[in-house]
This record gives sequence, structure tokens and C-alpha cells, in this order.
Amino acid sequence: MDRITKDLLEQVAGLHDIPTGAYNIRKDGQLYGRNVSANIDIVTKTDKPGIDIIIKDNTVNESVHIPVIIAQSGLKEAVYNDFIIGENCDVTIIAGCGIHNGGKEASEHSGIHSFDIGKNSKVKYVEKHYGQGEGTGERIMNPKTHIVLKEGAYMEMDTVQIEGIDSTLRETSAKLADDARLVIKEKIMTHDKQYAETNFSVDLDGVNCSADLVSRSVAKNESKQIFKSEINGNNICHGHSECDAIIMDNASVKALPALTANNLDASLIHEAAIGKIAGEQLIKLMTLGLSEEEAEKEIVAGFLK
Amino acid sequence: MLELKNISYEVSDENDNKEILKNISLSIDERFVAITGPNGGGKSTLAKLIAGIIKPTTGKIFLDGKDITDMSITERAQNGISFAFQQPVRFKGITVKDLITYAVGHPISTTEACSYLSEVGLCAKDYINRELNASLSGGEAKRIEIAMTMARGTALSIFDEPEAGIDLWSFQSLIKVFEMMHEKAGGSIIIISHQERILNIADKIIVLANGELVNMGGKDEILPSLLTDGPGCSVLMDKMKEVRNG
Repeated sequence: MDRITKDLLEQVAGLHDIPTGAYNIRKDGQLYGRNVSANIDIVTKTDKPGIDIIIKDNTVNESVHIPVIIAQSGLKEAVYNDFIIGENCDVTIIAGCGIHNGGKEASEHSGIHSFDIGKNSKVKYVEKHYGQGEGTGERIMNPKTHIVLKEGAYMEMDTVQIEGIDSTLRETSAKLADDARLVIKEKIMTHDKQYAETNFSVDLDGVNCSADLVSRSVAKNESKQIFKSEINGNNICHGHSECDAIIMDNASVKALPALTANNLDASLIHEAAIGKIAGEQLIKLMTLGLSEEEAEKEIVAGFLK
Repeated sequence: MLELKNISYEVSDENDNKEILKNISLSIDERFVAITGPNGGGKSTLAKLIAGIIKPTTGKIFLDGKDITDMSITERAQNGISFAFQQPVRFKGITVKDLITYAVGHPISTTEACSYLSEVGLCAKDYINRELNASLSGGEAKRIEIAMTMARGTALSIFDEPEAGIDLWSFQSLIKVFEMMHEKAGGSIIIISHQERILNIADKIIVLANGELVNMGGKDEILPSLLTDGPGCSVLMDKMKEVRNG
């Protein structure tokens, strides 16, 4: 494994080497490595780029890694990954995309994911987007995720984009059946002239289903962020979304929350707070001996932890 | 030793200037020094001036003979001044252990970090990895604020109303913390307080009212006058009586 691949894999999937268990590593548009297990099958799609990840009923304590690495400048790809997860599972899926752009041309990855999560299954989905490279070519990622949660299913999605992505449009939609629960935690940091847009759209269709969407972001320099969230309460349900953003320098953050209650017993809440780092937080850390720059760094790191 | 020479602090209102502190000169070298007086008298402003959070309009501040008037908050902290806020600051994502580590100034073990929390009466394992965010009660945050100041171990510490909001933890324990801090670091501990039990341990009491230094001296000299005919200290007097009677 070359140094760039190794570095990107570590950044996006926390991998130091080839993982154990099921995995599919895609590099520069090609299959780089794959392993399946007795319960988890990975099949290459025949009609378009991408894979089907099929997880059998009752699969517990297993994980799947599906990182994507782009080291070739100018590569543009759209990849379709469909997760079909059986009933009563408890699995962790680690995705993520790392782009190293050493050239002038834009590199672009659009990961189009669908999750079909069976009754009473529990899925933790971790996704990390990261860009690096000395080239002037843009690093672009446009992930699209559609989630269907069947009765009693639970999904926690942790999505992180901390560094190096010049432009991103992140679209996530979900439909929840009875007693299903969706938790999304998003962390974004943009700097220089980067642009990040997040769109959440959640249909709370089932009785007693619930969703909790929390986005924390930091926008530095001249970067721009837009946060849109739409929660539709179509039954007795609970929906909560929260956008908490720190702006620095000349950055801009816009939050556009939308809540629609189509049922008398739909309980929907949105919270949004956008502002600079609180002066008293800086002062407190400075009275502990940190410089203003160090204090700022610690506050931002803590906020995105 | 801390010296304030002719310190004044003014803020500009819409039309005129308001003098919050008027020509204060004093020196602090004693073990425990209490600053008391009515609300709005300028006590917290004085603490902020010493910590460098605000700069005086006129006058000079010296620490061990060195002019620190133009030093930043960070420089003063690095030169041995600690400040426990009246209202502890809340963060998002920063844990109690992170804060104690900043206070100590170098990486420390969890056991060491926990020892400071135990000193302020908190069950360390419940708190050490918690975020110092809005989910903590006022009293919990206040004790963590005291633990951080203790962890700094500087020769000069300022506490702005440390007893406020701490109900279940006894005054005696708070006083023990001050004694222990002095034992470890020497120097002076400045405590802004209205509480007679705090004033009682002071080697020196400074009374501020309407931005002026109205009285200063040993507790035997100052305390009786505060409780009977303190100049302009009716609020404090009422408070004292309440404490004594209650």
C-alpha cells in the first residue's frame, strides 16, 4: 500500500491496514480490495458503478468498511452503494471518502447510498470526508443518502467533514416506520473559500417514530455554509433538529429549518444558533494561561469533537 | 505582592462618563484578603482589572514590583495570577479534564485531575469526562471553577463570590481549600465575598462602596464597623444580620 493510500485510509476510516471482517476498498474508480463474511455479502453492480451490501437477518456485532480513495487528479465518479440489512441485526458500517488532489483538475466523488434497514435492526453508520493534496484542483464531494427504517429499526449516522473539501452538497433523506428512530450527528468545518450545503429531509410516517438531527459546524475565512432541514411529522412522533454554528473571519452560515406537522400529536422542535466564539470562553481559557490563538483552537476543537 | 496605584476605571455612557472605580491605591501581601461592600460597589471590576480582563483608565498595577498594567490576560496568567469567575463559563465539547489540564499547564493523569475535583467535594469519576456545558448545575460549575483555580497553583488567586450557589458543600470545606492552596503555593488569596464566615478568616478586609475604597484593615478593626455602622453599606449590613441571625 502506498503512502497516500495509507494516509487517506487512516483519515477516513481509521484504518492502519487492511481491516478484518467484511470490506470493500475502492481506489481511483477501481476495486482495490474486498472481503465478505458468512453474514455479509458484497456484490458489484452490473448496471452502474457501485456495490450492494447484503446483510443477513440476525447478524450481530459485525462491521463493514467501505472506504473510497481518490488519488488521481481530475477523476470524477458517481458510485451507487445499496445496503440491504435484514431483521434483528446490530452492525457498524464505516464509509468515508478521501481525495488527494496533487494536480490542477477537479476531483469529484458522488457517493449515492441507500439504506433499507429491516425490522428491529440497529445500524451505526460512520462517514468521514477528507481532502488533501498540494494541487490547485478542487476536491468535490456530493454525498446523497436515502434511509428507510422499518418497524422498530434504529440508525445512528455520524457524518464528519473536517478538512480539505472545497465544495460539497450533502443530501440526506429518510422515511421512518412505526417505532423507528434516526439519529444524525453532523460535523462540518470549512475554511478559505470552501462551500458546504447540507439538506436533511425526514418523513416521520410511523406511530411513535422519532428523529434527532444535530449539526455542529465551524465556518472560517471566506467560507460559506447552508443548513437546510425539513422534518415532516405525519403521525404520533417526535422530531428534533439543531443547527449550532460558529462563524469566524468573513465566513457566512445560513440555517433554514422547516417543520411540518400533519398530525395533531406530532411534536417537532428546531433549534438554531449561529454566532462567533463567545468572548467569555476565550477570556476564561486565557486566564488559565492560553494565548488567544490557543484558546480559539481549543474551543473549535472541542466544539467539533 | 500586588500593588494598585491610583487606579481609576471609567466607562462611557451615552452622554457622560461613569466612574466605576475612583483612585484606588492598595497593596496586598497577606495570606487571605477579603474584598467586600455593597453590590455595584466595584468589587468585580477590581478583580477584572487585576486579571487583565479590563484595563484601568488611569493608574498602575504592580505584581512583585513588576509593572503589569499593560500585560494581557494570558501574560498575567503566566506570571502567576488566577481568577475564579463569579459566573462560570460554559463550553461545548470541552471536558472538565480538558480544563483542569489547561489550568495545570501540562498533560496530567486522570488520577491527578480527579484529585482536584475531590478537594471541592465532587465525586471525581462522575465529572472528569463530562463537558463543562449547560447541563451542569450552577453549584457544580462553581466547584469546578474553584478546582481549576486550585489546579493552577499560582501565588495570587482571586475568587469572585466563591460561596455563591454552593449550598450542599460547607463553608468549612471552602476555607480548607483556601488554606491548602496557600500551603502549596504561598502568596495571597483574594476573596470577594459578602459572607461573614469568609470575612472572618481574612487577614485583611477591603471595603469598596460606590467605586471608592472606604475602609481597609485587619478583620478585628473592620468587621465590627461593617456590622454596625458601615459607611454606605446598608445592603451588606442587612445581609450580615441575616447570616448572623439565620
